[in-house]
Amino acid sequence: MTEPIGEGTWVEIHRIVLPAGERAPQVPDDTRQVPLEMRVKGFLVAPASRGEEAEIVTPVGRKLCGVVREINPAYSHGFGAPIAELSGIGREVRALLRERRQDS
Amino acid sequence: MSAERYQSIMAQRAAIMRASVGIDYAKYTTGVLAFDYERLLADTDYDIDATHKVQRTTAVGDTPLVELHNITALVRAVAAPGKGARLFVKDEAANPSGSFKDRRASLSVHEAAKRGYPGVAAATSGNYGAAVASQAAKAGLGCIVVQEAFDSQAIEQPEIAEKTRACEAYGAEVIRLSVGPELFYVFLQVLKETGYFNASLYSPYSILGIETLGYELAGQVKQHTGRFPDLVIATHAGGGNVTGTVRGLLKAGAIDTQMVAASVDLTGLHMASDHDFNRKSFTTGHTGFSMPFTTWPDRADVPRNAARALRYMDRFVTVSQGEVFYITQVLAELEGMERGPAGNTSLAAAFAIARDLDEQQIVVVQETEYTGAGKHPIAQLNLAKQMGIEVKRGDPRDNKPGERIVVPEHPSQIAVVDVDLDDVRHSYLRNAIESLPADTVLDDVDIEFLAAETRSKRTYVQETIDEWYGKRR
Repeated sequence: MTEPIGEGTWVEIHRIVLPAGERAPQVPDDTRQVPLEMRVKGFLVAPASRGEEAEIVTPVGRKLCGVVREINPAYSHGFGAPIAELSGIGREVRALLRERRQDS
Repeated sequence: MSAERYQSIMAQRAAIMRASVGIDYAKYTTGVLAFDYERLLADTDYDIDATHKVQRTTAVGDTPLVELHNITALVRAVAAPGKGARLFVKDEAANPSGSFKDRRASLSVHEAAKRGYPGVAAATSGNYGAAVASQAAKAGLGCIVVQEAFDSQAIEQPEIAEKTRACEAYGAEVIRLSVGPELFYVFLQVLKETGYFNASLYSPYSILGIETLGYELAGQVKQHTGRFPDLVIATHAGGGNVTGTVRGLLKAGAIDTQMVAASVDLTGLHMASDHDFNRKSFTTGHTGFSMPFTTWPDRADVPRNAARALRYMDRFVTVSQGEVFYITQVLAELEGMERGPAGNTSLAAAFAIARDLDEQQIVVVQETEYTGAGKHPIAQLNLAKQMGIEVKRGDPRDNKPGERIVVPEHPSQIAVVDVDLDDVRHSYLRNAIESLPADTVLDDVDIEFLAAETRSKRTYVQETIDEWYGKRR
């Protein structure tokens, strides 16, 4: 448990929807061995701490409960390093077009 | 508790669906398998003009048609003399949320608002979620999007992470789930609890919304070149893109234009596998959707899928992951259009197919989509490397989904693999028959329906079924 965070803070809650072993019959073995998890973001209805069960109100006004996992969660997806296997393509195809122009 | 709750919600499926789509599908039933597909669509009262009118109120559609002069030149650089068709692309990234999915969302959201639903919900991890959220924002409706977003190690698929961000930017509630088909159960629960409209990708509204794409495209090509295109190539997943586009082409009078459905080949990867989830590098436009949906469309989140691709495709091809990444880079560097990658599946196929056509022929790639953080070849290939997948230059025939992504060394290596449509028809018929109790007798209307579904003849359907099951059907 950490310091409680204030009501109205944008957080992400986490919940197990179906535990491992209670998954739908058609799922493959690897999926059956793990739970179906859910994460939803919203505003804290009352002060709560990270790791604590809490209620949020979502952007459409629904109230949902779960364990607070992230406070003001970052969007961490990006690009990463350039991919060497793609970097040379432009130069190669421009060279092909130059050759074609010189031939014609 | 949860298993019991799961069974209980799934048992209420039909009632929840009916309330949330507002369509009584039962009234279109005409046989044990057959239903009146055209009437299901016509009863919505959206013809092309009505759809255009709705779409123009939110700046959806009327996207530019762009001639790809430099890629056409590249095709000709690797084609035999006199070969290499003219390539065009419909720049659907110009739609408000950045993809053609705005067309699909527009009628659903319009309908939901008209009928007084308090909001709209959609089960989608792709562009469609952002489209529904964007349209809902404009209409002042609540929006909930249910996504399959991360694996059991909490690793997000970067393209879906970008979709989460986009949906939240439009003010939607986003429910992110780990891997598994029980997403449908969560979705049903949401519909039941909220009374929201199910903005299904497979409702009549979603398909009719795409007709304007085919219609516009036909008109733009004709205006630009004096004739209709020879081929239109669509990235194929659930079947809506192929279905709606061809219906629009036909309504524009482009009756001789051929439709090629193109998917990324993800053979070997299981769509419900937690392990495989982050090893696909593509979230849609792949065979993991297109094969099951082409061979049995009624596996959707509505009782009857309005996307019935096998009725509309003339050819079905696959390309490899590496080829799509290659052509995505070519589109950026030769045409100055950074798009995709999923929408570029059809561009990779178009490149290969145009090479075999005559110079005066016209091939249209029917969509682009926006690109950005996460939703980009660089993000996907960095994730692939992180997941232990080898990424290299080489012969794309060596590409092996989940193990090796092979980026072509030369554009002449880009090729399509044809899917045998007769095999697809057989799978469809097999699925149709297996869906029925063993002693079911098919009526004439069912045989007629199956012939329309498989774009074949009654005799073909009857003989195939007799051959498998004897005369008991």
